[in-house]
Amino acid sequence: MKTFTVFVKKEFLHIFRDRRTMLILLVMPVVMIVLFGFAINTDVKDSRVVLLDHSQDELTGRIKEHLLASPYFTLAAEADEVSAVHRLFRENKADIAVVFGAHFTEELTRTGTAAVQVLTDGTEPNQASIRSSYVEAVLASCLPDLLPPGTAPAAYRIEPVVRMLYNPQSRSEFNFVPGVIGLILLLIGAMMTSIAIVKEKETGTLEVLLVSPLSPFVIVVAKLVPYFVLSCTNLMTILLLSTRLLHIPIAGSLAGLVGVTVLYILVALLLGLFISTCAESQLAAMLLSLLLIVPTVYLSGLAFPIGSMPVALQRASLVFPARWYVEAARKLMIQGVEMRYVAGECAILAGMAFALLCVSWKLFKTRL
Amino acid sequence: MKAKPVIIAQGLTKRFGTFTATDHISFHVDKGEIFGFLGANGAGKTTAMRMLCGLSRPTEGTATVAGFDVCREAEQVKRHIGYMSQKFALYDDLTVYENLRLFGGIYGMGGKAIREKAVFLLQELGLATERDTRVQALPLGWKQKLAFSLSIFHEPKIVFLDEPTGGVDPVTRRQFWELIYRAADRGITVFVTTHYMDEAEYCDRVSIMVDGQIEALDTPSALKRRFGADTMYDVFLRLARTARRT
Repeated sequence: MKTFTVFVKKEFLHIFRDRRTMLILLVMPVVMIVLFGFAINTDVKDSRVVLLDHSQDELTGRIKEHLLASPYFTLAAEADEVSAVHRLFRENKADIAVVFGAHFTEELTRTGTAAVQVLTDGTEPNQASIRSSYVEAVLASCLPDLLPPGTAPAAYRIEPVVRMLYNPQSRSEFNFVPGVIGLILLLIGAMMTSIAIVKEKETGTLEVLLVSPLSPFVIVVAKLVPYFVLSCTNLMTILLLSTRLLHIPIAGSLAGLVGVTVLYILVALLLGLFISTCAESQLAAMLLSLLLIVPTVYLSGLAFPIGSMPVALQRASLVFPARWYVEAARKLMIQGVEMRYVAGECAILAGMAFALLCVSWKLFKTRL
Repeated sequence: MKAKPVIIAQGLTKRFGTFTATDHISFHVDKGEIFGFLGANGAGKTTAMRMLCGLSRPTEGTATVAGFDVCREAEQVKRHIGYMSQKFALYDDLTVYENLRLFGGIYGMGGKAIREKAVFLLQELGLATERDTRVQALPLGWKQKLAFSLSIFHEPKIVFLDEPTGGVDPVTRRQFWELIYRAADRGITVFVTTHYMDEAEYCDRVSIMVDGQIEALDTPSALKRRFGADTMYDVFLRLARTARRT
């Protein structure tokens, strides 16, 4: 045990004395989360709105005035038929369309509820959902102005029917946090760890350690411990930043999320170990890690929804641990489901950890 | 009455697939001896040495090191040997003292023992003022001496030196060999591979490997007599030229 702590201490010293490593380990996660957070949270201003009014009466006219008075919308065109709306979308001259039916006013006065169709451009799902929520807000706030004085506004409702064109599956704007966690932990786990191990191969110190009475198992575990600790620190930083700075709520159980993340950290560390057994130089380790990380960005569902990928890519995404982690973390963070609904993802991650452990161990042994 | 040899190899063989890196080598090394292990690149030196250190399992044959079997008691073997690689494997980003503490700790030495021994060792090496200097700031020759001292810091019975003087100037090499003599005088057996034939002359006995086999093993003077050569360099060339492997 004492030799183990001596070794772990040494490993921390390596990290603390390398300014670049420290920068990557501690500053990058903060920068990434803040960048992503603010890049996605910025207000969507000056959306180009297309109006299609089949009623053309006083009431719809006043609603349109309200919409265009909002700083968020500028008029792209008044269309006279649906095909014109679609054409404007395709020509990228419109971001959102508001369609009033022919019997809008009649419905509202007779039944108290009237529907308005809101069409958004789903190729930018985050902006699309922000834009449609603005339309909804305008519709709700202008209602009291539209009714004759004396009537109770509560009795009337304008119901927006939102349809996202080109990407029917709308996504939450906070989807990115699980993705960023997945990416950062992979970067630290796989890249930094493999580099740290391969560095000892390069300098020859690994051989000296192997000749020592330390068992290879202790050497490997002691090398992984500091990176595990730092990954957990990063997880805390990210969660704190997302909840306090970006006000992203964690809908599900925090303990469950942390549990799944710790499992994912293990997978990432073992991936690092695996890479280190394949690579002979630090450069090779870095390239191998990048080879793993770049597709992860695209295939984990972090940047693009997996559901809208071609089948071949969907299949390819199955082998990336980040895909399963991001899925589980989203369920827990955003949908707020119970733990049993992420059991499948957890089982797959655990299986990956086990497989990586076996393979790396075998490779590590045969080197001897 | 002669003491039992500290290294005994009998028919030690290592095959990688169809390639026989080390082919039935047998020899023994006595306590306190400086044993030179020579051979051209690819002759099988490193493989043999790795087997003796417990890093690689022999395909055939047996060997005991410090009285322990390298196959069955690799742990015990590792506890009683020191090892220095040609890369002077030290941790560059740690200080001289931190390196000493780390390796002392790895071999299970207590904090007090490490501190006392370190003071003595740094004094002896003339590195007392560099105790808290990071290793990366030291000149190559000092690193090499420090690496050797580290490899015998835990008082092993045998120290294995794998081309310990590569890339070092002759003066520093000479000083380094003085350290080796001092260790041998203290009873530490030194098993050293080298490509420098002047160093081969410093050894008590020398073995020369060719194509995975030991072609010659004797004292340098006996070898020179046998091959009618003036220097170990000539002896080595004679033997190495018979190699079929390149």
